Amino acid sequence: MIDTALRFDHVVKAYDGKTVLDDISIQIPAGDIVALVGHNGAGKTTMMKLLLGLIRPSQGRVLVLGTDPAGPDGAGAKRKLGFLPETVAFQQAMTGREILNFFARLKRAPLACNTNLLQQVGLADAADRRVKTYSKGMRQRLGLAQALLGSPKVLLLDEPTTGLDPALRQQFYSLLSELKGQGVTVLLSSHALSELESRIDKVAIMNAGRLMACGTLTDLRIAAHAPVRIRVRTRNGRAAEVADQLAGADIKQVNGQAIEFRCPAEDKMALVRRISELGIDIEDMEIDMPGLDQLYAHYRDEAHP
Amino acid sequence: MKTTLILAGQEIRDGLRNRWIVALSLLLAGFSLSLTFLGSAPSGTLGASPLLITVVSLSSLSIVLLPLIGLMLSYDAVVGEIERGTMLLLLSYPVARWQVMAGKFLGHIAILIFATVFGYGSAGIVAALSGDGFLNDAGIAFARMTGSSILLGSAFLAIGYLISTCVRERATAGGLAIATWIFFVLIYDTALLALLVDQGEAIAGGIFHTILLLNPTDAYRLFNLGGFDNISALSGTIGMMADVDLPVWILLVVQAAWVILPLGLASLIFRRKDI
Repeated sequence: MIDTALRFDHVVKAYDGKTVLDDISIQIPAGDIVALVGHNGAGKTTMMKLLLGLIRPSQGRVLVLGTDPAGPDGAGAKRKLGFLPETVAFQQAMTGREILNFFARLKRAPLACNTNLLQQVGLADAADRRVKTYSKGMRQRLGLAQALLGSPKVLLLDEPTTGLDPALRQQFYSLLSELKGQGVTVLLSSHALSELESRIDKVAIMNAGRLMACGTLTDLRIAAHAPVRIRVRTRNGRAAEVADQLAGADIKQVNGQAIEFRCPAEDKMALVRRISELGIDIEDMEIDMPGLDQLYAHYRDEAHP
Repeated sequence: MKTTLILAGQEIRDGLRNRWIVALSLLLAGFSLSLTFLGSAPSGTLGASPLLITVVSLSSLSIVLLPLIGLMLSYDAVVGEIERGTMLLLLSYPVARWQVMAGKFLGHIAILIFATVFGYGSAGIVAALSGDGFLNDAGIAFARMTGSSILLGSAFLAIGYLISTCVRERATAGGLAIATWIFFVLIYDTALLALLVDQGEAIAGGIFHTILLLNPTDAYRLFNLGGFDNISALSGTIGMMADVDLPVWILLVVQAAWVILPLGLASLIFRRKDI
């Protein structure tokens, strides 16, 4: 059993003298769902291509399930790998089923499972229509179906939710938790940060070819000193008095009724205790943890002060 | 091997679906049948076998048409798939790049073989029925002509892959394919003729042979029109090659080299290409 499913060791990738990946080191344990977050051109797709063995690192090494995907045993690793490209394209004249059968043959996966797979992504009715007639969302779902061929151990999904409507996104996310239950390692890149938060184990934040941070959301919140926001609603317009009693805390905004505090994640409980000691003056309290959006913005700003 | 065959099969299925195979077969059949019917008018007075006349006229047709068909099938094969994004997905599968190249080549050759055998075969049958049948010298010449036409088409398939792997955009590949066709089919012989007229004495026979062999269409022409005395007599138009007497094996080796070298080079370049 290999514990590390995906691994980058000091990987540098340069095209024509331009560095697109700069000293990336990351280890993704088997069974984790990791989101790769970054602006366009941050190097996310390049990382996926390295994992697929389509390109070779200029320096360092990339391992997929313990083997070099661009090396002589790369084909073996690729058989256990599913990939959904950012803009998925198929031969237009083929039907969805024909395309899935073709890819299944290449992967030596049993064709019998394809009907099920088409059903799973909601394409059962369109299976025998030509891909030319598919909408963008349908093509994306066919892309997802081909990535799932042969029950892969590792899934690389480049922007898997683009082109999916909200209902299909929910379906995709439930598929994600199903895969997690089966122990599949998933590396996905996405722009839908807030939707991802609750469904991923770890986040890797990329900026201009560098890995800015990697860890669980909790880890990143603490490391980034991203402030927790606590909103308090006071009784009978006693906001000013409450604010006086809590002097020393970082008070962001006061109006007649509401106060907003900001504090580092590790001081959150201390502040909450102080607030609750004020008793009946406090009518309501909301705690806002910094989300992936804010964390991403924080690391992006850190890179460009 | 299995992977290569799966890829070739997909290429053939795509050719069927896009009506490429039907269109090419009908195109070749249409041209060759009309040449056969037109050619049967003077044959009565000459007393030549109708099948032999068909061989001569189809050889001239092949020189123009098969390079074009080969290039049209192949110029898009790599760059087009990269541009559309289907190559990225294909290469994420356990497929080696040489297998992609070999699979496409096998699939395209199968398309070429089917279209040529169907197209030329229909004309050959018509000519043979109106003459002495297939089992004679003319029949052998016809079979040689059909086989080497496929070889000629394959050479231009290979050149098309080379173009397709070298460029970054489909449009460039299309332009280069047309330019290649114009160069080998139209310009080369004219330029050679001009050279001969201008300083025919100065060019030694060996150099002249080499120049001819550097063009796959000329190797094809020599192979088909020089091989038989009857045919040489019938095809007066290639008088300038009348005294070229190269052994058949050299012509075959040259034609095969025109398939293998561009294909090998294309595979090498494709292997190093960043997708």
